[in-house]
Amino acid sequence: MTANAHDHLIRGLAASLRPVRRLPPPLFRALAWLAVVVALAIALAAFANLDAVWQRISAAPDLWLAVIGSTLTAILAAIAAFELSVPDAPRAWAALPLPAALLWVGASGFGCLRGWVAPQSHVAVMSETRDCLMFIVFLSVPLSALLLTMLRRAYPLYPGLTAAIGGLAVAAAAATLLNFFHPYDAAATDLVVHAVAVGLVIAANRALGGRIFAVPALARIDVTPNRVGSN
Amino acid sequence: MAAAVQPNVILWGGSGPLLPPQFPGMAAGYCRVRTFLMTDAEPQLRSADDLRRAAQMAAAQAGDRVAYEALLRDCVPLIRAIAMRRGVAADHVEDVVQDVLLTIHRARQTYDPNRSFSAWLRTIAERRAIDLLRRIGRQRAREVHSPLDFETFADETARPADSGRSSASRVNDALASLPERQREAVQALVLEERSLSEAAIATRRSKGALKVNLHRALKALRGKFGGET
Repeated sequence: MTANAHDHLIRGLAASLRPVRRLPPPLFRALAWLAVVVALAIALAAFANLDAVWQRISAAPDLWLAVIGSTLTAILAAIAAFELSVPDAPRAWAALPLPAALLWVGASGFGCLRGWVAPQSHVAVMSETRDCLMFIVFLSVPLSALLLTMLRRAYPLYPGLTAAIGGLAVAAAAATLLNFFHPYDAAATDLVVHAVAVGLVIAANRALGGRIFAVPALARIDVTPNRVGSN
Repeated sequence: MAAAVQPNVILWGGSGPLLPPQFPGMAAGYCRVRTFLMTDAEPQLRSADDLRRAAQMAAAQAGDRVAYEALLRDCVPLIRAIAMRRGVAADHVEDVVQDVLLTIHRARQTYDPNRSFSAWLRTIAERRAIDLLRRIGRQRAREVHSPLDFETFADETARPADSGRSSASRVNDALASLPERQREAVQALVLEERSLSEAAIATRRSKGALKVNLHRALKALRGKFGGET
């Protein structure tokens, strides 16, 4: 318990000090990521039949409510993830996207009743739902890579939680963009596939992000107490 | 409250209004959420010490090594106090200090000098202390720490190293106290392991007399050792 017990470490840290650019506020960084998602959406919209998309979505309240829910979830989860990525952020940020996520899940879940409500609607068959899964998963890869890279610039002290909320943002964004290429009405099988895809993306982000963020502090910087001591 | 009048100042730390003016309601709402969540970490008044540390950290962000080294040294007793208050045992406090110093270094780009440095440090130190307590808890659940198990205790059932010799001398004493004829019978039949007829020739006693004397000797010895086997 001597006063200079950490002398080597402190001198080493000071010696390895490089000027850093202060990170912009978390909200700005979240908006930057969301801007990329919007750009992607505009690019995808060029290939989509927007009239058909609009007709489908406006046909039933549960469909546009689900779209609003997933969009809001993407926005709020992105903000929450960036807020959580700074070391002194309260954990309560994780609750920010939950109401929107409930709306998303609730409105989608209503679609399970579609078979009784509107029996004539076209319900996706298995091969089509596989396409949905692939779309969500493959779209999530670049979005996750970008988000994790951006989150990594900060230093989250809740690495698993931060990465999971980031995964929720990615999955919600991918599910929102899926609406451009989703000419089916929601049905139980379809929703299960969506839920599996969303769960998969969140779990993958949590596992991957948790590992990326949780690398021990010593390994991340170029100074260890021993090496400083031997200098 | 400044938060209600100028939300952007609180939000962006005085760097000027950055949201377009047509969204003041949104900015104020977001600001309210943020200040509500951050309130417990933000003291109302910033002390001179805190302002000095914030300035040192800002200098460190710009690459000032002298200010940074002074700041880190200044932090060590603060971190120790926070860790102790969190219930970290004295022999683990230095681990928390090291963890927090490394976290400060790694996270220095996330610090906003317009916010309290002490609050920032306290939050990080408390989380690192809790991390350590959890780590210790997990370790205890997995490993057995019981130094008493490896101590040496007197075993009531174990024979001391010299017990063989003392029992031999006790037997010898007991034998010596036997009458001549009985001792003779034990000597020939038990200790020298002769057959009855050999012993009869060697001692010039009858086989019957030898048997009787052996029997009496064993009975006497059994009585002497109090039923010991």
